[in-house]
Amino acid sequence: MATDVIHGSKAVAEAVKLCDVDVIAAYPITPQTRISESLAKFAATGAIRAEYIKVESEHSAMSACIGASATGARTFTATSSQGLAYMFELLFVASGMRLPIVMANANRALSAPLNIWNDQQDSVSARDCGWIQIYVETNQEALDSVIQAYRISENHEILIPSMVCLDGYVLTHTMEPVDIPEQDLIEKYLPPFKPALSLDPDSPITLGAFANPSTYMEFRYEQQKAIERSFKAIEAAGKEYGKLTGREYGLLEEYNLDDAEIVLITMGSLAGTVKETLASLNDRRIGLLRVRAFRPFPKDDVRRLLKDVDKVAVIEKDISVGLGEGALFSEIKSSLYGLDSQPSMAGFIAGLGGRDVTPEDIAGVVKKVEKGFEGTGWVGLK
Amino acid sequence: MKVAVDVPSYVKCRQSCRASMSAVRCWRFKRNVKDVSEEELFAPGHRGCAGCGCTVAMRLALKASGKNTIATHATGCMEVVSSPYPETAWRIPWIHVAFENSAAVASGVEAALKALGKKDKVNVIAFGGDGGTVDIGFQALSGAMERGHDLTYICYDNEAYMNTGVQRSGSTPFGAATTTSPVGAVSLGNDRPKKDLPAIVAAHGVGYVATASVAFPLDYYEKVKRAIAHKGPSYIHVHSSCPPGWGIPSEKSIEILRLAVDTGMWVLYEIVDGKGRITYKPATKHPVEEYLKVQKRFRHLDDETIAKIQESIDKRWSELFED
Repeated sequence: MATDVIHGSKAVAEAVKLCDVDVIAAYPITPQTRISESLAKFAATGAIRAEYIKVESEHSAMSACIGASATGARTFTATSSQGLAYMFELLFVASGMRLPIVMANANRALSAPLNIWNDQQDSVSARDCGWIQIYVETNQEALDSVIQAYRISENHEILIPSMVCLDGYVLTHTMEPVDIPEQDLIEKYLPPFKPALSLDPDSPITLGAFANPSTYMEFRYEQQKAIERSFKAIEAAGKEYGKLTGREYGLLEEYNLDDAEIVLITMGSLAGTVKETLASLNDRRIGLLRVRAFRPFPKDDVRRLLKDVDKVAVIEKDISVGLGEGALFSEIKSSLYGLDSQPSMAGFIAGLGGRDVTPEDIAGVVKKVEKGFEGTGWVGLK
Repeated sequence: MKVAVDVPSYVKCRQSCRASMSAVRCWRFKRNVKDVSEEELFAPGHRGCAGCGCTVAMRLALKASGKNTIATHATGCMEVVSSPYPETAWRIPWIHVAFENSAAVASGVEAALKALGKKDKVNVIAFGGDGGTVDIGFQALSGAMERGHDLTYICYDNEAYMNTGVQRSGSTPFGAATTTSPVGAVSLGNDRPKKDLPAIVAAHGVGYVATASVAFPLDYYEKVKRAIAHKGPSYIHVHSSCPPGWGIPSEKSIEILRLAVDTGMWVLYEIVDGKGRITYKPATKHPVEEYLKVQKRFRHLDDETIAKIQESIDKRWSELFED
C-alpha cells in the first residue's frame, strides 16, 4: 500500500485504474475536469487499458456508458452540476435497465446564477433517479467508495448504478494523504465484471423496449426491491473492504453518539468541519450522524439511532425551493415520523454556491438548537 | 415566395463527381435478388402500418448486415412498432435508450466491443428516424462521426415526426403540410427546404456516405453492405414512405417512393472517400407533379408553386445527369 498526497480528483482516477475499467466516457466540466484529465493521462501512457471516449456532451457520456455497459463492459463516467442535469433523463434509463455504471459527481451548485463552487444541489436533485448515492467526507473515502461502488452495483442481486458524490473543490481540488491499495488486493476484492445480460449476437436480447400501463409499474417495483437489497450489500462491501485495508464503511457514520442529546446530521466533507467543531467544544452531549448513503436512505437505522435523542439539527448544502428546507431534513423528519418521543428538529441550509461553512457557524447552530430552535434556518445568510 | 427543394449540394458541387458522371450514368450495382439473404432478422408480426416503408428499411438493413450485428435505436416509429414489452421484432441484440442519442449509445457499444476484443466479429448499426437524426440527435451523430467509431448510422427518413402524429422536422420537404406546418391563409405548408444531412455528414470526412430508397432495395442492400465493410464511421440516408403521414394509399407506398427518384425529388448516390457518384439514373424523367399530386401532404400546392419546384429540380437534374 502506498500513501500519496493527492487531490480528490486524482483519488477517483486512481480508483478507476485499480478497478480495471473497460470503457470511460466523460466530458469535462469544472470542478470534475481533473478526473477526466487524470484518466486521459492514464490512457495516454498505457497505465489503463480502457477505451476512453471523448464524447461531445454529458448526455452522450451517459448514453455511451449505457451502450457500453449493456454490451458487457465495466464503465465509468464523471460529471458535475450542469453536466449531471444534462444527463438527467439518462440517469433513469441507466437504472431502469439495471446497468451497474459507476459515476463520480463533483458536487457543484446549479445555475442560475452561474456558480462553479460547491454545494450538493446537483446530486440531491437527482435522488429519485434510482441510483445508489454515496456522499464522501475525504479523498481517501472517494477512492475507497468508487471501488466499493463497483462491487455493490455489479452484484447480480442488485444491478443498480452508483453515484459517488464528492464535494467540488473542497475535495476535488484539495490535497490530502491517500492510501492507494495494491492492485492485487483490489483484484481479490473486485472480481472481473460478469454482466447478468448483455448485447451478444450469440444470444440476442432486446433492451429498452417500451412498457405499457399493464407492465410498467412492476419494473419500478423491482428497482425498489433491488435497491432495498443494497442496504446489506453496501454494509457488506464496506466491512470486507475494512478487512483488506483497515478502513471500514457503512450506510451511516456515528460520531460521538453514545451519550449524545443533540445530534448534528450532515453529508459529505462538511462532516469534517463538524467533527473539528465538536472536538473543540469537547461536549459528550453533542454528536454527529453522517449520512453516507443518501440512496438507499437508511430510514430504519436513522430511526434507531435518533429515537432517544433530545434534539436533531440537520445542516445541508441544498434546498427544495418552495418547500423551504433541504432534502436531507425532509428525509430525517420522515424517518422519525410517529416516534413516541420525537426529538425536536431543526434544519439548516448552509454553504450554497460554495459559501464557506466554518467551525464558528457549526458552533452557532449548536447554540441555537440548545436554546430550543426548531424548524428551518439559514447559516451565513447576508 | 422562395421555393427550394432538397438538393444534395455536396454531390452537385463536386467536380470530380460531375466529371465521372458520364462514365457512371448507366452504372448499377451488380446485385440481383438471389444475392439477398433469406434470413429474416427483423421478424414479421411487428406493429408497423400497412405499407410502411421504414420497416422495409429495417428488414433489408439487417439482411445486409447479418446476425453478427448489434443495433441501437432512437425513439421513434420503428422503436415503438418493434418492441412492445414482452414482444420484440429484433432477432439481433438491440437497444433503445432515448430519442437523441442512438449514435452515442452506438459509440459506447463499439468501444465496449473493442475493449472486450470482439469488434472484428460484430457490426454496429445505429438507427434513427429523421427527427432523431437531423434534429434532436444531430449533436450525438456529429460527435460519433467525428470521433471515427467503426459503426454505420442509418437514418430512415419519412420526412416528419410521424411517431407523434406528423409534425414537421428539419427533413420535411418544401411545401409539405404537417400538423405543425399546416396550410392556411398565409401558409403553404412547410416553408423551408429539407436539411441536406448526407452532405453535412460527408463534410465530417466520413469515408462512406450514401442516400438510398426503400423502393430500390438492391441499391440500398448493396450500400448497407458497403457501409458495414467500411472501416470507421459510415452513413446511409434512406428515403422511406409513411402512408398515414404522407396521405397515400398503403398499396402505393413503394410506387410513390419510386416516383420520388424518377422525378428527381430524391437522388440515389454514394460518396466514397470524398468522391461522389450517382448510383441510379431514371430512364425517363417524370414531372414532379406526378409525385406531388398523389400525396395529401402536397395536394394544396398551386400550379405556380409546383412550377417553381419543377424548375429547381430541372436545374439539379441538368447538373447531375446532363453533360
